[in-house]
Amino acid sequence: MNTFIQLALFFGALILLTPVLGKYIKKVIGGEKHLLTPVFGWLERLIYRFCGVDPQQEMNWKQYLFALLWFNFFGFVVVFALQMAQAWLPLNPAKVPNTSWHLALNTAISFVTNTNWQSYSGESTMSYLTQMAALGVQNFLSAATGLAVLIALMKGLIKNTKQQLGNFWVDLTRSVVYILLPLSIIFAVVLVSQGVVQTFSSYTDATTLEGVKQVIPLGPAASQIAIKQLGTNGGGFFGVNSAHPFENPTPFSNFLEMLALLLISAALTYTYGLFIGSKKQGWTLFGAMLIILCVGLGVSLYAEYAANPALHITGSMEGKETRFGIVNSIIWSTSTTVASNGSVNAMHDSLSPLAGLVAMFNIMLGEVVFGGVGSGLYGMIAFVILTVFIAGLMVGRTPEYLGKKIESFEVRMALIAVLAPAVCILAFTAIAVSTHAGLAGLNNKGPHGLSEILYAFTSACGNNGSAFAGLTTNTPFYNVLLSICMLVGRFGVIIPMMAIAGSMAGKKITPVSSGTFHTDNGMFLILLISVIIIVGGLTFFPALSLGPILEHLLMQAGMTF
Amino acid sequence: MKKSILSGLKILLVFTLLTGMVYPLMITGIAQAVFPRQSNGSIISIGQKSCGSELLGQEFKSERYFWSRPSACSYATLPSGASNWGPTSDTLRKTIEKRRASFIIANHLPLNTVVSNEMVTASGSGLDPHISPESATLQIERVTSARHFSPSQAQQLRKLVASHTEQPQFGCLGERRVNVLELNRDLDLLR
Repeated sequence: MNTFIQLALFFGALILLTPVLGKYIKKVIGGEKHLLTPVFGWLERLIYRFCGVDPQQEMNWKQYLFALLWFNFFGFVVVFALQMAQAWLPLNPAKVPNTSWHLALNTAISFVTNTNWQSYSGESTMSYLTQMAALGVQNFLSAATGLAVLIALMKGLIKNTKQQLGNFWVDLTRSVVYILLPLSIIFAVVLVSQGVVQTFSSYTDATTLEGVKQVIPLGPAASQIAIKQLGTNGGGFFGVNSAHPFENPTPFSNFLEMLALLLISAALTYTYGLFIGSKKQGWTLFGAMLIILCVGLGVSLYAEYAANPALHITGSMEGKETRFGIVNSIIWSTSTTVASNGSVNAMHDSLSPLAGLVAMFNIMLGEVVFGGVGSGLYGMIAFVILTVFIAGLMVGRTPEYLGKKIESFEVRMALIAVLAPAVCILAFTAIAVSTHAGLAGLNNKGPHGLSEILYAFTSACGNNGSAFAGLTTNTPFYNVLLSICMLVGRFGVIIPMMAIAGSMAGKKITPVSSGTFHTDNGMFLILLISVIIIVGGLTFFPALSLGPILEHLLMQAGMTF
Repeated sequence: MKKSILSGLKILLVFTLLTGMVYPLMITGIAQAVFPRQSNGSIISIGQKSCGSELLGQEFKSERYFWSRPSACSYATLPSGASNWGPTSDTLRKTIEKRRASFIIANHLPLNTVVSNEMVTASGSGLDPHISPESATLQIERVTSARHFSPSQAQQLRKLVASHTEQPQFGCLGERRVNVLELNRDLDLLR
């Protein structure tokens, strides 16, 4: 009973907040007057003036992309440098040393690409300065970058034979100042009230009741956790992420953190509907996402409550926290994987095979089911273009979306966006399982070992960041390979989507006629879900059969490894 | 183009200051002013001495205390961690069997006792401060005899466990649970 109440509360809150926040975001990115204009308007104008940005000056898609890539490159350099020099810099009370070059490389790419894959544990590896000024900053900026790409794409879709897509610096600034920062402030303060730590003091010592020394790790955690959830980043302040009682102390903090990780991405579907002048289109996309999420959640819950004949246990709590129980661990594991967030409140490595499969499969779908802030929806639009194209082939008519012709260029770009991460996942997993360096880090034997490696590359390519964390990845082999995956998974999608934005902007909008294929009804919703599942399913089915599916069958037979 | 690169550098600088310095400092200021206890780790003290955090689990080995869940890192905090053993791990199967058997023996329980799941598995954080009320109840007998409690003290202990049983937050969120450190602290005060 309690399970159903918690599920209802979670989805109820998500559905109710979607139009509220969606409307607000529309006003922000449209440059209209809104709630926070009087509060932060001065800050926005000050930033433009100081940075020499003319907010009226528009960019074409190449200029927009160019600005974005440079900006992300600078971000990478800063994060890399701060890790390599943290031992000599202030705000390092725990005296952690500089990181290795390959960990710095991996972490820098990871946070710039909104992946937040972590080959390290924050409390023993990163100084407060690195956490705040490098990792915390990229939590904001990588989310804002994703949002900016989406804004440009939306503008491209509604422009009638124009080249201009707005100004990257303006979209970035507004995203941070009006959306990410205010929401983070609210969330952070509420999280502290629940017990999330927020201090610059160094770690303290306690003596346990049995007289043993226990170090209490501290730090400015709440401020970072708020944005790591809201910005679909997912990189924990502490190594065990939101399972750590200092990151997620109570069931209420857990509820808020789960909500936060889907909140903005869900709201953006509504914003999208408003932007293109049809709320129904927005709700159709929201519906497709919600259906895929709920089916996966159902399968995972069933699998987790079922008996495990191999371990002789029913409803295993391995890797889970008592205060959350199974249901909250599983709402989280499915939400964090559809949402490209990647934070965890239970260890995915210890999930039952089918729940682990759903987590992996959610990422393999391309992180388009809600997905990352901005990136989820622009990825989804790639699938929409493919669906419209396939529907066009079936009825033998030139495919159109929002009154614009979809031609071979757009289809090719959408295919690159969808397939580049997929190719990377499979190729790199193949390399890892056939080399000594790849197999060296395994924590589990049997088919679960394959799942650990497959999950790692899936997570990196999907810019998710969650892990089957038993796999030891802080090695040059994994750090470098996973870095490549994260770059492909991010920019292998951003670049083609920006190209689509540019080419769509230049097209003429033809009015709706009787021959128009509608993209806002149940028929389209089913087609869209089918295309997403078929692309995800067919591409990865063989690999999944050898990993989690085989493990499930062997577990049913009571086998262990 | 050059102008664009320069703008990028400046924007990065501005946002590093804003989101990397001003924002965490502001939250720290608010947190320390409004929630000083929570923001500093919800420390539990006995007299002047800190004996841990209400939120972080501790390892209890003595017969005289209630025991926490198994932990893959033995409640170490730098860093803490989970076992990450999978659902078909032979090591995990053996470990669960061993924990179940030793819990039953140590608590002088009938061999067919159902030990609740969290007591035979390790948590995700390695620092889970809670156990289920069922697991606390199963340990009452052992604690009573280790402390040579009289029947009336044993009765008080039962009441103590009941009063330390937290219900789901707001009546619906999360699970019923007992904070082991808080229970043990109050156990020491029992006369």
